Amino acid sequence: MNNIHDMGGMTQFGPIPQETDEPVFHADWERKVFTMNIATLAFLGPVDRARHAVERMDTKEYINSGYYQRWLRGIEIMGKDLGYLSDEEIATGKAINHKETPHPPPDAAMVEGLIRAGVPATREDGRLNPAYKVGDRVRVRNLESKGHNRATNYVKGKVGVITHYNGSHVLPDSHAHDLGENAQPLYTVRFEAKTLWGENVERKDCVYIDLWEDYLESESKG
Amino acid sequence: MTTHNHDTPNPYHESARDDAENKALTERVNKMEALLLEKGLVSQDALDKLTDIYENDLGPMNGANVVARAWIDPDFKKRLFENATSAIAELGYGGLQGEHMVAVENTPEIHNIVVCTLCSCYPWPVLGLPPAWYKSFAYRSKVVIEPRKVLAEFGTTLADDVEVRVWDSSAEIRYLVIPERPEGTENLSESELAAIVERDSMIGVTKVSAP
Repeated sequence: MNNIHDMGGMTQFGPIPQETDEPVFHADWERKVFTMNIATLAFLGPVDRARHAVERMDTKEYINSGYYQRWLRGIEIMGKDLGYLSDEEIATGKAINHKETPHPPPDAAMVEGLIRAGVPATREDGRLNPAYKVGDRVRVRNLESKGHNRATNYVKGKVGVITHYNGSHVLPDSHAHDLGENAQPLYTVRFEAKTLWGENVERKDCVYIDLWEDYLESESKG
Repeated sequence: MTTHNHDTPNPYHESARDDAENKALTERVNKMEALLLEKGLVSQDALDKLTDIYENDLGPMNGANVVARAWIDPDFKKRLFENATSAIAELGYGGLQGEHMVAVENTPEIHNIVVCTLCSCYPWPVLGLPPAWYKSFAYRSKVVIEPRKVLAEFGTTLADDVEVRVWDSSAEIRYLVIPERPEGTENLSESELAAIVERDSMIGVTKVSAP
């Protein structure tokens, strides 16, 4: 989705704000938003849906919100999409309708288990024969996506070199929209700074980014 | 050395909110919390457990232990660069947002920096939750196009012939920078080495200094 979250390559957001002795959370409400997000993943997940909810935010609101404000909006968006929450309920904090949940909420032991085990994105039963190999030159397809997509605008249409094959990973584009895992080869691709930012780049700097096979085409094509 | 420009007004700073904004957000979040509890979408003990884990168990001290081990144990270092997830698991770390770890090594010739331009993906098991600067629009947007200017903001300067590699965490792979071991630390123990490894050096915006 084309929105402000895809901000790589912009330069005018001002100095990077640094803090000494920074707390994990700046306010109690931030702590609550974080923990509510992780705890509700059992109903509102997967994480791809959560990321997409944030990137669907109104651009001006996104820009004017802090990190956990965006996560809070994400809970609201997902909760409404999935029929668990309504605007009126969010405004009042009082439940009106009760959509039945498929299981009880995770308890302390279950969330601890989730944190310790994680949610691996690799699959053994997806597309397992990679179309490209390390050293291949590939172009990022210039696909405009209305939905969730993790190819950044700054690499679209650009040519890079595959440096790593990472196995078959769940595709966020379909997973975020309940359209299946569509696991497929995930590659790490290296782009030279000159390729991304133009000939006035002087140094041999570069960007590595992870891209799914469907995002790529051979350089010779097109 | 780190330059701290927290006195610079920046409307995008996490802690730039005034009391009225915090009060409004507190009320909004409390309503959401009450709603989720009433609807059976969260349980209070799960929320409390998550707070405990992320405020007390996970943090950059974990990553610092990985770096120190890599500095003193060549066999571990080899395993770390072959399969970071399993090598890091040897030290007891792993899980959510660290399922697929990759370690990248800073050397006199190559300097690595990690970002997530699209959101703020970060290796939680080894570094904890990200600092505000990592999540800032300024960092997310700028580091891919002007990495050396970003490094300068953190007081880090590199020779022109050093290759800067910026890793944009666009998938579920999470990157941990193994900084260079500073000179003058030959006699330090593993735990003494871990104590000098700061968070920012494992994201790649600073170097480690000898004590």
